[in-house]
Amino acid sequence: MLGGILNQVAGGEGGILLSLITFVPILGMLVILFIPKKQHDIIRTIAGVATGIPLALSILLWFLFDPSKGGATAEAMQFVERHAWIPTFHIQYYLGVDGLSVPLIFLNCLLLFIAVPASWKIEKGVKGYFMLLLLLETGITGCFVALDFFLFYIFWELMLLPMYFLIGIWGGPRREYAAIKFFLYTLAGSVLMLVGLVAVYLISAKEGNPTFDLMALAEMARSGKLGANWSVLGMGFKTWLFWFLFVAFAIKVPIVPFHTWLPDAHVEAPTPISVILAGILLKLGGYGMLRINFPLAPEAFRRFAVVLAVIGLVSIVYGAFVAMAQKDFKKLVAYSSVSHMGYVLLGFGSLALLGFAGGAFQMFAHGTSSAMMFLIVGVIYDRAHHRDLNRFGGLGSRMPYYAGLASVGFFAALGLPSMSGFVAEFLTLIGAYEGDHTRWMVLIAIVGVVITAAYILWTIQRVFLGPMKNEEYKKFPDISLREAICQAPLGLLCILFGVLPFLLLDTMRPSLEGLMGVLGLK
Amino acid sequence: MDWHTFTTVDFAWMLAIPALPLAAFVIQIFFGRWLPRKGDWVPTTAMGFALVLAVGFFLKAMGIFDPTLYIQSSNPPPGETGLSLAWLFGNAPSGAPNIVFSVLFDNLTAVMLVVVTGVSFLVHVYSIGYMEGDKRYGRFFAYLALFSFSMLGLVLSGNLLFLMVFWELVGLTSYLLIGFWFEKPSAAHAGFKAFITTRIGDVGMLLGFLIIFKHFQTLDIVTIFQKLGETTGDFQHWPGWVTAAGLLVFCGAVGKSAQFPLHIWLPDAMEGPTPVSALIHAATMVAAGVYLVGRFYLFFSPSALLVIAMVGSFTALFAAVIGVCQWDIKRVLAYSTVSQLGYMIAALGCGAYSAGLMHLMTHAWFKAGLFLQSGSVIIGMHHEQDMRHMGGLRKKMPITFWTMLICTLALCGIPLFAGFYSKDAIIAGAMHAAAHGGPALWLWYFPAIALVVAAGLTSFYMFRLIFLTFYGEPRSEHAEHAHETPWTMTVPLMVLAALALFSASPWIFNGDVLGHHLWFPHVVAHPEKVEAGRLVVEKAAEEHGVLPLVMSILVALGGIFLAWAFYYKKWLSAEEWARKMGWFYKAVYNKFYVDEFVMKFIVRPVVFHWNVACAAFDKYVIDGIVNAVGRGGVEASEGSGWFDKYVIDGIVNAVGFTVQVFGGIARLFQTGFLDQYLAFTAAAIALGAVLFFFFL
Repeated sequence: MLGGILNQVAGGEGGILLSLITFVPILGMLVILFIPKKQHDIIRTIAGVATGIPLALSILLWFLFDPSKGGATAEAMQFVERHAWIPTFHIQYYLGVDGLSVPLIFLNCLLLFIAVPASWKIEKGVKGYFMLLLLLETGITGCFVALDFFLFYIFWELMLLPMYFLIGIWGGPRREYAAIKFFLYTLAGSVLMLVGLVAVYLISAKEGNPTFDLMALAEMARSGKLGANWSVLGMGFKTWLFWFLFVAFAIKVPIVPFHTWLPDAHVEAPTPISVILAGILLKLGGYGMLRINFPLAPEAFRRFAVVLAVIGLVSIVYGAFVAMAQKDFKKLVAYSSVSHMGYVLLGFGSLALLGFAGGAFQMFAHGTSSAMMFLIVGVIYDRAHHRDLNRFGGLGSRMPYYAGLASVGFFAALGLPSMSGFVAEFLTLIGAYEGDHTRWMVLIAIVGVVITAAYILWTIQRVFLGPMKNEEYKKFPDISLREAICQAPLGLLCILFGVLPFLLLDTMRPSLEGLMGVLGLK
Repeated sequence: MDWHTFTTVDFAWMLAIPALPLAAFVIQIFFGRWLPRKGDWVPTTAMGFALVLAVGFFLKAMGIFDPTLYIQSSNPPPGETGLSLAWLFGNAPSGAPNIVFSVLFDNLTAVMLVVVTGVSFLVHVYSIGYMEGDKRYGRFFAYLALFSFSMLGLVLSGNLLFLMVFWELVGLTSYLLIGFWFEKPSAAHAGFKAFITTRIGDVGMLLGFLIIFKHFQTLDIVTIFQKLGETTGDFQHWPGWVTAAGLLVFCGAVGKSAQFPLHIWLPDAMEGPTPVSALIHAATMVAAGVYLVGRFYLFFSPSALLVIAMVGSFTALFAAVIGVCQWDIKRVLAYSTVSQLGYMIAALGCGAYSAGLMHLMTHAWFKAGLFLQSGSVIIGMHHEQDMRHMGGLRKKMPITFWTMLICTLALCGIPLFAGFYSKDAIIAGAMHAAAHGGPALWLWYFPAIALVVAAGLTSFYMFRLIFLTFYGEPRSEHAEHAHETPWTMTVPLMVLAALALFSASPWIFNGDVLGHHLWFPHVVAHPEKVEAGRLVVEKAAEEHGVLPLVMSILVALGGIFLAWAFYYKKWLSAEEWARKMGWFYKAVYNKFYVDEFVMKFIVRPVVFHWNVACAAFDKYVIDGIVNAVGRGGVEASEGSGWFDKYVIDGIVNAVGFTVQVFGGIARLFQTGFLDQYLAFTAAAIALGAVLFFFFL
């Protein structure tokens, strides 16, 4: 009977699993709306339930998902829900997942679920905070499941606003500057995407098949029907489209030189928001490229792949150097994100299957390790109320459990073999070495590997090793159970997918192969 | 005989060898503090069982006489079941590039397993005494177990990627254990230095692996050898990329085995507890580089081997010279280790395959012994390491003294002691290489000369250590009151001393004093080519010139005599000779300024100039532009400017957009959301359409 229900809800025609995962948080938000402001614990508990249900459902989704069906095409999509929404503009409510989105949906639900206990200590505007958090979850999940460009855009905007408020209201001293900066950057990205969105629609209408359906648009792009003969200001329409969408998503990744919103946003954001920002929001950039940007302009993508790879390379090395120079713990972690996300672009730019796999794997790996790093920073910030690396030292002897958990996170970020970061870097580098146009880049990217090790170990040294620098730090309690519970699952995932990467890669591989087909790389 | 000689069950039991310490690590790290004796017996017992298993497989391997049955991978031929794990992709189509975990077992593996489990077990026992009372006593054993797991995994890996995974894990445990007393800044810094320095070598190794993967689409060692045989025409014609990839892989060995110029981390690594120095930084981990070269031997082209021989012999001589001028007892041994690792590398480079790996084994026994004995001295001296404050310990610590003397004689290469047989074979191999040469004939003289000179220096600095420590008058309070250490520490010393005597040639049983019938070259022999998935080995060649034998004995005795004259009889004054040497002595004393050079030209620019420059660029240039654009927008919106049309509109729109969206959000909570979306999306579409037509 249970199987029957499962089948009804999830599988087959008319299943609504994806809608459930997407909209349960909003239901939670509506429930919280009716809870009196002062009932903090009830609000928190409801938030926990409203994020826990999607988490459970996303695990179920991963189990029910059949990787062998491939991905990136309309036929390969699973758990499809498709209804006309605004027929005048051919806008559909069109959801579906493949091997690229399923792991990221799980990661998203997990991080949001972790964000609730991580936010337990927030006392200011609890009600509003958790409502925005739940709205944020719907927005992000929606982006991962939407297969209609317009729907995607709605979710994309829906996600940005709660983020703006969460940084701008619950952030640190310079929160307004950071929030405005975040907003303007992402707004610039949104505008570019919007232009692309409308342009694609108008072009598809010109070709006689007006639609926002991403799968259909990709099919048109593949067969050369998407604005093939158009040129705007001397440049082909496809090239314009590619760059508009690329910049829109690249700001989110972020790439050098569009990255400076990230350190500011991170430094000001409260810990759980940093976790979500680094852990999953940045992934939307990479995911958007794979789902929308590249398939809608495959030729331009192939042509400019080398540029993408160079951007990734610059991000890797430059981000690592800048991270090393930081004295603010959180800023260091933020710049390490810039560096690590560079691998994603380098992998995509290699045009090789293993490179794509490396980039996609890195999105997941970095999602766990960077989230863990921000939680680690949060623990010490809660105690010391500052993040100046030069004022810490010797905490390892007073806070052994904290030091142990932190080491797991740090070494995962360092790319230690047996941790997920290594698999991602290895695949990316192999992919980059396979591509004739990216081979030389491996030589430079590999310098980033050493620099990364250096700044991470140096951080460990400055925080945990050496003699205790400040007598007051001796009074710090070790990591609490709540904090440990937030971090432990992330650490376990870092190790699990580092030791058994096929658990993740088997889910992604057929979809990546499908994507390679869509991009004309096979 | 086919690959079924060892069955899947055997391979599973082999995996149990690393699994035992892994399980011990997990138990110890999570529950150690609640176990009796803080759980020190858990890893120790696990290592004991692992040792038994390893010896079992060693004996089984010795029982197989077919010399062609040399290498065995658990990765089965197509169509058969074996013990392997498709690691990267579980369901990749066959033929697609993948990484498959498998066990690789041959005689070299068998020997390494015994060496690693043996030394590790003894070090565990020794640590019970040495680490007593330490506040992180339990965790020390957990780290030791983690190290043993990683090292055993390294030895058993049949795939280069997994070799690298374990390679990095031993590096991690080395980092953790060097910095075990991390409250001491020097210890914390030494761990950092070790990790980064070896990682530089590892990056080269990774690059080598990438090249191999590009050409062969696999990292399985046996498959690589097969494909290499096809590519090189049975190892006759070497394409340039093979040499390049081989040298890059060798970079990893240079880092791990502390070869010049990446040797700088090893002396500093002595900040770790002494059992760690014995296990990791003398016997096993630092030998992993040598093991890598031995395991991957077929891949090295003749030109690559020349480079390897040069690096190894230069390091052997270079470190031996520095060792002469050190005062810290552990640093003398550290430079000695660097020097002896140079011997092994040089031997492999010269083609003396068995000799190099035999030296790996004998060195593991006697150098682990020497470190443990120095640890015993240090404990007896209440944590004093400077030899200038020792003296006269012979009577007070008799067991330590006698066992240390045996190990020292083994290191010096005195006949009857194990080190003699391996070192003599190395020098014979180097001289053979010099006599028969290669493409660049005269270059091959260098290893032979360097290794002979270094042998003399070795016995000089070792007996300098012996005389300064154990003879003469006590030169400090601590030396007066030194005492012998407990049995948990002295028993391992005696076992290692026995191995330092008999492990190469059991002459006491068969009278083979000159080592004409050593067992080792018959067991681990020079690989020649691959046939049908198996490595064919050269029949053990027995190079035994009289000249190398006489030379190596003479220089060893000469070195001992000089040390005796300087430090026992005091006929010659060390201080005066140091003065006479002038700048040269100063350079040696300062370790030829390699650390200073690295600091000034590599570390400082990276840490203090480049990254600060990058950060400044980020802050002032990139962010400066961003902020300027923002300010410009605000100013322009107050007046009116030329980019009214371009920027203001954007900002105005942005503001309008924002306001609208904020309003929308506010109302979302009240009226459901669909209507608001429609209004919002209509506005967005209008905006997009305007922009689009503007661009058209």
